[in-house]
Amino acid sequence: MNLHEYQAKQLFAEYGLPVSLGIAADTAKAAGEATTELGGSKWVVKAQVHAGGRGKAGGVALVESAKEAEEFAAKWLGNNLVTYQTDANGQPVNKILVEPCIDIKEELYLGAVVDRASRRIVFMASIEGGVEIEKVAAETPEKILKATIDPMIGATAYQGRDLAFRLGLSGDLVKQFTQLFLGLAKLFVELDLSLLEINPLVVTDSGNIHCLDGKINVDGNALYRLPKLKSMHDPSQEDEREAKAAEWDLNYVALDGNIGCMVNGAGLAMGTMDIVKLYGGSPANFLDVGGGATKERVSEAFKLILSDRSVSAVLVNIFGGIVRCDLIAEGVLGAVEDVGVDVPVVVRLEGNNAEIGKEVLEKSSLNIITANSLADAAERVVEAAGGMK
Amino acid sequence: MSILVNKNTRVMCQGFTGSQGTFHSEQAIQYGTKMVGGVTPGKGGQTHLDLPVFDTVREAYEETQADASVIYVPAPFCKESILEAADAGIKLIVCITEGIPTLDMLLAKERCDQIGARLIGPNCPGVITPGECKIGIMPGHIHLPGKVGIVSRSGTLTYEAVKQTTDHGFGQSSCVGIGGDPIPGSNFIDILEMYEADDQTEAIVMIGEIGGTAEEEAAGYIKTNVSKPVVAYIAGVTAPPGKRMGHAGAIISGGKGTADEKFEALNDAGVKTVRSLAEIGAGLSEITGW
Repeated sequence: MNLHEYQAKQLFAEYGLPVSLGIAADTAKAAGEATTELGGSKWVVKAQVHAGGRGKAGGVALVESAKEAEEFAAKWLGNNLVTYQTDANGQPVNKILVEPCIDIKEELYLGAVVDRASRRIVFMASIEGGVEIEKVAAETPEKILKATIDPMIGATAYQGRDLAFRLGLSGDLVKQFTQLFLGLAKLFVELDLSLLEINPLVVTDSGNIHCLDGKINVDGNALYRLPKLKSMHDPSQEDEREAKAAEWDLNYVALDGNIGCMVNGAGLAMGTMDIVKLYGGSPANFLDVGGGATKERVSEAFKLILSDRSVSAVLVNIFGGIVRCDLIAEGVLGAVEDVGVDVPVVVRLEGNNAEIGKEVLEKSSLNIITANSLADAAERVVEAAGGMK
Repeated sequence: MSILVNKNTRVMCQGFTGSQGTFHSEQAIQYGTKMVGGVTPGKGGQTHLDLPVFDTVREAYEETQADASVIYVPAPFCKESILEAADAGIKLIVCITEGIPTLDMLLAKERCDQIGARLIGPNCPGVITPGECKIGIMPGHIHLPGKVGIVSRSGTLTYEAVKQTTDHGFGQSSCVGIGGDPIPGSNFIDILEMYEADDQTEAIVMIGEIGGTAEEEAAGYIKTNVSKPVVAYIAGVTAPPGKRMGHAGAIISGGKGTADEKFEALNDAGVKTVRSLAEIGAGLSEITGW
């Protein structure tokens, strides 16, 4: 689960880490008032969306009056911000973060992830902070300094000092960086993060370390023990159908094709999308009804697929391990009867009670095509959807 | 032979009296697995499915000398369950549960490595040696004792590979679902090493998916260490970058871990890759001459 920048900074502040105390405004008027409340003569205003690349897309600006802050907020609030990390529609802006302006002497990068290969939390730091960090990592990986955290021991001060000295910091900055490093490591573990990024981390003219940005991704599996973070969830940043699917424990991702897919298991769902594409079709979605698909969930899943107007055929591919295919067949029929279906539906059932399931479908008067194998199913659904794209 | 489990493997269950533990233990017993008992704290001394229930894994291990433990407890308690099994001396721990926090797994995996316990999963269908021992949630009836070793990151994709090797009459020596989580207890390389050393396994099917670099690492290992023919399939060619496809593992980010990169690495290692899920069996025929 992603957090907004203003939420990440709230958490940083709670851990005593150096961030600006900004104000997240949800109206243009409040954005203007925030400048007065914060004081000073220059402010940074930042559109809050779950995506990077906001600066280049015009979602970040420097303002010098309450009026300018208001104008910026009025322009973005209620509209979508499109960056290179969003899709073509962009993400809705519901809050503007107003912060005092900071004098920047140096821009650094500091991030942490759970690294699968080493099975460790790994911190990464670089003197090449700012927008080009991905390029730096790709072209000059030696410029990315790393510290690996032992899960049994945790982060240590010497690792922080080591990074600080290698970044070329000296004097009090080393101490400040080490404190920040230890604080972030604590936050990472206590809040079950999967990603943490501060880009840029700046050194100010007055010689202080300051977190200018904050990006946090929380491990969704750990939210049950993090009620406060759970309450920070912003559903407006997610696809409406994806959010609806989540209510039924369905994994749904909307795509831009015309063949709706309903599959059990994430791997098989991806494999099914791939084979549809291989036969010249284009999947409209990824949908995993889960290993333990029930009649009710299948029915909900089916309605979800049909709510996408671009769907011109549906492929149901179920490998019944434990789940019984006859129940799946009844779920499909139930949904088809409930919502009415005017597109062809190709069904491939395999495994537990597959034969009974097929019989149930064939006996119904509905427009259902049963397939004998996965390849057969893919071929038929592509044909049913109007052939090769 | 086979790998990890066989007809002599003594299996216990953690979360034994819960609905999942009960259902899948019944299925395992029906399949012929040598189930020896289970653990549910507070229910020690009872009998469940005609088998003894214990309060702790230590007690269960002392009384039953179980070789393996299968875990069906809910995700919030799995870290504890894995640590308890490892500390009690269980040598093979199979964790089926999905949704375990990643940082819990960092610790659990580290501890298993220290103690020398083999952990399979989590978020996986389990391990089966057809006709001998079934530990997990896979449907037993689609399997056939035989000569193909299967290792996979995904549950239902494993069943597809199993079905095809059964339909072709090749059968399976063993099948291992390593699970789709970011921190799996065992990775492809661990299992490939076992199949390479196993007499019964004549060919290997490896099923990966987008995200991470486990398949690329496996390709590097196969190139220098595996002499047996390998067929590989990678799911997620059509997955758009940055989207999470259900499995925590199936995320492509920063241009790394795409299906194309993985196919390329595997081809380079001499592996027969198939672009269609439906062609795993045919791919095996082609490289083995069966």
